[in-house]
Amino acid sequence: MSNSTVQVAEAPPGVEGAGFFATSLDSLVGLARANSLWPLPFATSCCGIEFMSTMASHYDIGRFGAERLSFSARQADVLMVMGTISKKMAPVVKQVYLQMAEPRWVLSVGACACSGGIFDTYSVLQGIDRIIPVDVYVPGCPPRPEQILDGFMQIQELAKKETTRRRNEPEYKALLASYGIE
Amino acid sequence: MMNEKIIEALQAQFGEEGVYGIGESHGILQVTTAVENIVPMIHFLYAHPVFKFQFLTDLAGIHFPDAKGQELGVIYHLHSLENNVRLWIKAYAPIEAPTFPTITGLFATANWMEREAFDFYGIIFEGHPNLTRILNMDEMDYHPMRKEYPLEDATRHDKIDELFGR
Repeated sequence: MSNSTVQVAEAPPGVEGAGFFATSLDSLVGLARANSLWPLPFATSCCGIEFMSTMASHYDIGRFGAERLSFSARQADVLMVMGTISKKMAPVVKQVYLQMAEPRWVLSVGACACSGGIFDTYSVLQGIDRIIPVDVYVPGCPPRPEQILDGFMQIQELAKKETTRRRNEPEYKALLASYGIE
Repeated sequence: MMNEKIIEALQAQFGEEGVYGIGESHGILQVTTAVENIVPMIHFLYAHPVFKFQFLTDLAGIHFPDAKGQELGVIYHLHSLENNVRLWIKAYAPIEAPTFPTITGLFATANWMEREAFDFYGIIFEGHPNLTRILNMDEMDYHPMRKEYPLEDATRHDKIDELFGR
């Protein structure tokens, strides 16, 4: 074990003594969540190809605890929307988001998912934030895998710092209500 | 050679006034006809012993807003696989009553093509088994390829004319 190169996530700030370690529950839960986020890839076009690269061995999103892609929305933590979302596809994205259990985060990858991109036309949704709340936007057309990883690390930071009560707070409920989500 | 024969045969069948707008593009013959002639003409070409136009390559709608009385058109792309000859047949109808007879009775493949033309141009194909939207979302309340509608998404608020020098 002493020769292992595996790095363990750093412990949150706390009080350490002989045989005990005291810290806040929030930071402990945040630590656990942030290092085992299961992404649900919702890839519709070229950004999805970049995601495949991000996921594969060269860039390896598994280094950030996300090697377990969840193709079931029920077990996923992060919805990664990558690609052009047409208006006809919008209800599907929303359905997938609704099927996810709290806590859930949304990573919007690429210009199309963020704003409609070059497709300013009658058939394309002008950004997924018109139907679901987005936590992190990754710009680019398409973004490099490094950018997608950076976006993912931003989600990790959010997960680390989130209080366990956040999802029950009226602000969060109001945010969901603004999207018509109960 | 073949093209002249086709014109001759069509004019013999439908009269000089029934086949007009004759032209050629990339060696492909194009003719225009009246809406009521479309189905008989395609059937005639299908059953013709020599021409045998038995393949419908494509069927598309088109909108000419300035052509009064014949704003909306349908273009049929036929292919005679045996002779390796292609043919375009065009027909136009006024935008107030854009009704065309369906060709699904002869070509099953026309089903989705006619639905597409209906979806984007609002062309009504009478006798079509299921004339509903095929590509756009069902809630859409207009036919987006008609030129009276802007191509840009109507829900964008951040695209101010000033920023684009308009």
